[in-house]
Amino acid sequence: MAQRGIREFDAKRLLARFMPDYMPDFNYKGEVVLVGHDTDFDRLADQNPWLLDRKLVVKPDQLFGKRGLHGLVLLNVDFEQARKFIGSKMNSEVVIGGVSGRLDHFLIEPYIPHKEEYYVAIRASNDYDIIYFSTQGGISVESRWDQVIEIPVHVLQGLDGIDLKKAVADKAELRADQVASFLEALYRFYVDLGFTYLEINPFTLCDGSIVPLDLVAKLDDAEAYWQKKTWGDLEFPEPFGRALSREELYIKELDARTGASLKLTILNPSGRVWTMIAGGGASVIYTDTICDLGHSSELCNYGEYSGDPNTEDTYRYTCTILDLMTKSRHPQGKILLIGGAIANFTDVASTFKGIVMAIKEYQARLKEHGIKIYVRRGGPNYEEGLRLMRSLGEELGIPIDVYGPETHMTRIVPLALEKA
Amino acid sequence: MSQKRPDYLLFDRNTMAFVYGYQTNAIQRMLDFDYVCKRDQPSVSAIINPTRAGIHKAFWGTGEILLPMYKTISDAVARHPEADVMVNFASHRSAFETTMDALNQPSIKTVAVIAEGVPERQARIMAASAKKAGKVIIGPATVGGMVAGAFKIGNTAGTTENIIASRLYRPGCVGFVSKSGGMLNEAFNIISRNSNGIREGIATGGDRYPGSTMLDHIMRYEANLDIAMIACLGELGGEDEYQIIKALKEGKISKPLVAWVTGTCASFLPGSVQFGHAGAKADTAMETAAAKNQAFRDAGANVPDSFDGYGDQIKMVYDRLVAEGKVKQAAEPEAPKIPADYSKALSTGLIRRPTTFICTISDDRGEELLYAGKPITEVMDSRIGIGGVIGLLWFKKELPDYAAQFIEIVIQIVADHGPSVSAAHNAIVASCAGKDLVTSLASGLLTIGPRFGGAIDDAAREFKRASDSGLTPEQFVSEMKQKGINIPGIGHRIKSVKNPDKRVQLLIDFARRNFARTDLLNYALQVERLTTAKKGNLILNVDGCIGILFIDLMSSCDTFTKQDIDDVLRYGYLNGLFALGRSIGIIGHVLDQKRQGARLYRHPPEDIAFMLPRWDE
Repeated sequence: MAQRGIREFDAKRLLARFMPDYMPDFNYKGEVVLVGHDTDFDRLADQNPWLLDRKLVVKPDQLFGKRGLHGLVLLNVDFEQARKFIGSKMNSEVVIGGVSGRLDHFLIEPYIPHKEEYYVAIRASNDYDIIYFSTQGGISVESRWDQVIEIPVHVLQGLDGIDLKKAVADKAELRADQVASFLEALYRFYVDLGFTYLEINPFTLCDGSIVPLDLVAKLDDAEAYWQKKTWGDLEFPEPFGRALSREELYIKELDARTGASLKLTILNPSGRVWTMIAGGGASVIYTDTICDLGHSSELCNYGEYSGDPNTEDTYRYTCTILDLMTKSRHPQGKILLIGGAIANFTDVASTFKGIVMAIKEYQARLKEHGIKIYVRRGGPNYEEGLRLMRSLGEELGIPIDVYGPETHMTRIVPLALEKA
Repeated sequence: MSQKRPDYLLFDRNTMAFVYGYQTNAIQRMLDFDYVCKRDQPSVSAIINPTRAGIHKAFWGTGEILLPMYKTISDAVARHPEADVMVNFASHRSAFETTMDALNQPSIKTVAVIAEGVPERQARIMAASAKKAGKVIIGPATVGGMVAGAFKIGNTAGTTENIIASRLYRPGCVGFVSKSGGMLNEAFNIISRNSNGIREGIATGGDRYPGSTMLDHIMRYEANLDIAMIACLGELGGEDEYQIIKALKEGKISKPLVAWVTGTCASFLPGSVQFGHAGAKADTAMETAAAKNQAFRDAGANVPDSFDGYGDQIKMVYDRLVAEGKVKQAAEPEAPKIPADYSKALSTGLIRRPTTFICTISDDRGEELLYAGKPITEVMDSRIGIGGVIGLLWFKKELPDYAAQFIEIVIQIVADHGPSVSAAHNAIVASCAGKDLVTSLASGLLTIGPRFGGAIDDAAREFKRASDSGLTPEQFVSEMKQKGINIPGIGHRIKSVKNPDKRVQLLIDFARRNFARTDLLNYALQVERLTTAKKGNLILNVDGCIGILFIDLMSSCDTFTKQDIDDVLRYGYLNGLFALGRSIGIIGHVLDQKRQGARLYRHPPEDIAFMLPRWDE
């Protein structure tokens, strides 16, 4: 649960669909289409005749910015040119801000010739949302930040008592009325639809109507329960460069199904050190310690399980990790850290039962790959949990070192890594 | 409230709280903590449970107490003005409205919001509203916090064993605050191993917009004279730590501060990894853990090189305070004892207790319901029918098909016998009196006994006794005549030799075709020959036939032992078979009356001879 970026395509559709509720003369139609791997261009053109009539803009829609600077925006072309451009770029690898990834989603919309480039953004902070507005928008807005007006809106009072027209009058001049009513509508749209960030840079005026050109948006995915009707089947794409592996996808689905929290990010599957850490706080600290001790290159994953997952879920989570661990060999053998802080209410014995089941199942493969396991945990029923682990090691003949709360939480990291 | 607490103290030994949500484990843990802290009274004033008002029984030490339970916050507040804390276990869907409701109650000063996944806007509105009202929110997405020896929120500090191990039942001198609730217990452990322990510890929660920040709590610790040193555990993302650093630089924090910011690994990972906490993501260089740790160091905080050294820093600062005489080491009170929970002690194998009941036929505790050890899906797959299920649950045996079929035939035959017989009549009268289905059924079943339906058992018993003791049919008949007892299972109101009972013929045919032997039936038919010679209607009736054939079924089948036969006779299995089958008919009669909307039945007085004693003579 957190702030999640959405595609420009989805944000623009939300804008076209819901903004008229707040601003009756907002008549941006949301003419925009999304092209993925398997999009049928002919059908697309059938369903969206404007694609054939208009000059178009094409750009990747994968949650990264500065697309123009990377030569990924094509302006003022016809449908055939757009199609060719996408065909040549689809699946190609690009590096954006140090992250490399494949292009797999493009947006096509009408090309709007324009002079004015206005800037608006709304950002959340503790007690205030802040509306930013400038008539000097576009790619150079950052270098002309002194032109940007900031309007703080208190989270309890909202727009009551704020004279938007007066706030923008100096800058927007003749258009102050229109800009003010747009800002008001956009703010209410932003609040009601669960946005945490919304930036339109730039928007312009075409025949007197407001048209968003480039847009960046984040939603608070914790609002999903309240936004079922407005968001519809909106998806939250993974950040650019992070195509999920089969295993990551599996854990993500498992996470979505249970009340507990299950997370997995694979960093380096050919490394030696795998972690299975209970708790959002502890998992970060274990990962820190591995890196702080200079073993970041050997670290295979980040992950955590917490919120009292049941035995079945813990079993599945463990199987996933053990499966990944035993895909390739490492000449020095591998290490699995089953760590965690002293739990508040998670029953350690019952979560360990799921881990024990999985280890038993993978017994032969664990031996084959020379895997050594280190355990550290405390909390309700921990004595029984640790006993289960100790006797498991003896029973299976797999080296399992077991520690409780008397041992500092992260001590198993140096124990495991500096001995080996 | 007896005396007003200073503002910097959220909880003391007199703090009273509401628990919103029927969280029995968390409530018990709060009470156990209160008990080991030797509080005068438990800290839970009442439970607020939106689905049920009433009472909840909980342990207070070895004894038990009752906690009142209300449906709404305002009900609870009206009756318990002494409670100024609400521990809110409402789910992420209702955390906002319940918290806002609590904030609007003048007597509630502090709300701990446990739920994870509260939307950011809701969290921000809650935080701003609390601030405006001069109140404190802890959370969302936290386990809460505690004041050692005084009060704890919900599941904070975990089990009693942990409370004892980290000496949380008496105050230490360290004030601790973290974002992570999961790390709170670990921190208590580290701090108790490296100092005289915790005075107060709070987890603000891992979300981006906590209701109160780490700095808010640190400033309370700064004002609290019982706290000599402060420890905090931050994480990457957000700028909360810079508020603390600013306060440090401005000299607003005079007490020694041990700080560590987790998430130093982020620089080694791809930028897009979202850690377990929603707020744990660095959007700018300032928000990285390394930058924050360095800033803490620069501002004069005690910062270890890695989390591994966190305890060492605490020990160093604590030892210095002791050396400077700023902390007096008090004599350690004896660690309290708390009775182990029965269920927990049992699960750890520490105690044993003889069980009160034994069950040998079914078990619903596992993944699948078991009938006589067989999983219910297997029972269904094997298509053994009602007869087979009776075999499993009454005899704990898998019956041969013909035996199961025989039982089903019996059930069908005895299912009904018209509206006039005792059971049906009683049930009909009860139903007409407006009683419900089950009560009416029961009133019918209660007529089954020696005179009604009991003949099956009696016939089986008597014929078996006669046959076993070697009486010839003639001897048996004359013995019964001498005793003046009608032979059970012999005789019918209407049916006779010339007008035989079809049901009896059907049973006999089935038995002859399927049973290996029918010795007792053969014996009974010899008896019948003698009795019908005297009177045509003294035939083997259907009750007698069922009882006798059941004995033949069992004696001729390897599945049953002699012991089984004795059990059947001794414990009245056959009566059970009759009651089971007849229930079908009784339910039918009751439903029949209900459908008709039958009125109260009153027996006509002219059908009753009133013959009372006369006293006037």
